Amino acid sequence: MMQRALGGLGILCAACISAGCGASDTRSVLHFWAMGREGEVVQELLPEFERLHPGIHVEVEQLPWSEAHQKLLTAVAGDSTPDLCQLGNSWIPEFVALKALAPLQQRIAASATITPADYFSGIWDSNVADAAIYGVPWYVDTRLLFYRTDLIAEAGFTAPPTSWGEWLRVLSAIKERAYGERYGILLPLNEYDPLIALALQQSQPMLRDNGTHGNFASAEFERTFGFYVDMFRKRYAPSVRESEISNVWTEFGRGYFAFYISGPWNIGEFRRRLPAALDGKWMTAPLPGPDGPGASIAGGSSLAVFRGSKHLDAAWQLIEFLSQPAVQQRFHALTGDLPPRRSSWDAPEIAADAFSRAFRDQLERVKPRPKVAEWERIATEMQLMTERVVRGDLTVHDGAVELDARTDAILAKRRQLLSEGAVL
Amino acid sequence: MTPARAGILLAAPALCVIAVFFFIPVAIALALSVTDFDIYALADIANLRFVGLRNYIDLLSTPLFWQALGNTLYFASVGVPLSIGASLGAALLLNSRLAWARGFFRTALFAPVVTTLVAVAIIWRYLLHTRYGLINYGLSRLGFAPVDWLGDPHIAMPAIILFTVWKSFGYNMVIFLAALQGIPETLNEAASLDGAGAWARFRHVTLPMLGPTLLLVSILTIAGFFQLFAEPYVMTQGGPAQSTVSVLYFMYEMGFKWWNLGTASAVAFVLFLMMFAVTLVQMAVARKVAPP
Repeated sequence: MMQRALGGLGILCAACISAGCGASDTRSVLHFWAMGREGEVVQELLPEFERLHPGIHVEVEQLPWSEAHQKLLTAVAGDSTPDLCQLGNSWIPEFVALKALAPLQQRIAASATITPADYFSGIWDSNVADAAIYGVPWYVDTRLLFYRTDLIAEAGFTAPPTSWGEWLRVLSAIKERAYGERYGILLPLNEYDPLIALALQQSQPMLRDNGTHGNFASAEFERTFGFYVDMFRKRYAPSVRESEISNVWTEFGRGYFAFYISGPWNIGEFRRRLPAALDGKWMTAPLPGPDGPGASIAGGSSLAVFRGSKHLDAAWQLIEFLSQPAVQQRFHALTGDLPPRRSSWDAPEIAADAFSRAFRDQLERVKPRPKVAEWERIATEMQLMTERVVRGDLTVHDGAVELDARTDAILAKRRQLLSEGAVL
Repeated sequence: MTPARAGILLAAPALCVIAVFFFIPVAIALALSVTDFDIYALADIANLRFVGLRNYIDLLSTPLFWQALGNTLYFASVGVPLSIGASLGAALLLNSRLAWARGFFRTALFAPVVTTLVAVAIIWRYLLHTRYGLINYGLSRLGFAPVDWLGDPHIAMPAIILFTVWKSFGYNMVIFLAALQGIPETLNEAASLDGAGAWARFRHVTLPMLGPTLLLVSILTIAGFFQLFAEPYVMTQGGPAQSTVSVLYFMYEMGFKWWNLGTASAVAFVLFLMMFAVTLVQMAVARKVAPP
């Protein structure tokens, strides 16, 4: 008797639970993976989206950046991808090669909200592969100069350099006046982005023949490579890795270096972490080029839809919502991330911010990284080769030739598949 | 039911578990090592090719593999004797009659073993910092120039060895301590009566009695040191100039960073064969030195 009563209770409970679930589950559930701070903050924007689209419930899963790439690859391998995700735009070629992403060009063409011409063209281009579009830029990231206005003034300059020649003059003047431990610029030896940004300023691409061979032995890349390595050889830059700089912000505040090539997230970090005494003593500037203002990397994150999603329409509605200039402006207020659309920059809070101005200018001159799935590995080889050349194991020319050989080896399978007529 | 059958039945569940979690994965890894499995194969299995022994042959012509192998051998050949020596020394000190606060020191010296590697590695990174580190501060007080511990390709590996020995010697120390306590005091007393000094007692009484323990400890330590991975991963990311890339670190990058699972599996088998060979040599040496 007791057992039956308990059993009955159990069934009743189960019924309650399933009814409860059922009531909230008439909406379709959209799984959205987002990384780091963006994954946290985007949840504040979603109540409005769900109010506007009562049939959709968005489940955000937050991934730490350090795990994200691995987790996404595993999801593709295990066929357990979300409906949509935030995707670093340098990863797009890899996920395109994996055939994991849904092409979006038709939806974009039909969209009233998303107008490609309003986006910074380099950023937009980073989502394009073989005329198909696999992502919509969400926020942008590019590399430019953070510098100490007081230190370059001390060295006799009133404005930041705009060309490599001027830059070298400023660096040399800082070095001449440096008593004790001061360098012109910090270029951590374990980072490849500054070198890539400078290499993108040249008209010759870093890979040739549809991304099947390295093009590092070109005269233009060698010039960039030589310029970069010279900054170490002339002791303008310390030969250190990032782990040897205990804290970039503290060192910048102490004047250990005057220039630092970094991205928009550091505007907020420098503001928060630099002492009040340094207010007004630092600024951002566009990246100097070989002859006048140069290009930089078109980085940032896009929103991409997975091919396996069963809610393609709902996913697209969320992308459209997050792409509205008003929503992007709110997102900027919450995160400090810079919006990818020119019209989103019209908001007074963004337009009036002195530190963001250089980014607005730079974003008109950004280029995507070479679009091959193997790019990150090639970039790592660039960083290793830089380290070797800086240490004097190889000359700049031999380093560039060796870099080509290694790149060609990494791209062997891509070459083979393309020669067999595969579409990558 | 025959006894043999009953035995097989009894062992069957355990054998199943070992088959599913050990033999099948190893067989799959072996199969992977003769293919060029990469992200293209992940996208479309039609892009997977059988390459025979090419992964192994390519490996032999990859400079980084040889460098990783050299780094690992350097690390093991310096680190293992240092680690065992430190363990034995600490165990002898703790076991000596003169030692005081034995319980405290035993715990203190064992503590690094149970701490989280990542956390202590970060603390060591601060200790080893070129400009602000405590170690360089101490050296400067003694009149030495600062050492670029983790930034100089020639010094990064010794720094990692120092850290690893500090982190791991406590474990073997406890094993040695147990073995030392198992040596009957009467043997030492008899040797003393025969006129043996401290060194002779150590050489002719303690060491032979520790023989089997020493063999066990050296096999375990060598196996552990050949698997060097987390220390460079946290402290140097393989740098500077790839001077701290170990075989396992190389395999990790190949497999999980660049997704070349074919090559990574080949590295795993090469590492297995190497460790197998080293262990065989050790066993042979042990049999020669101490005939049963």
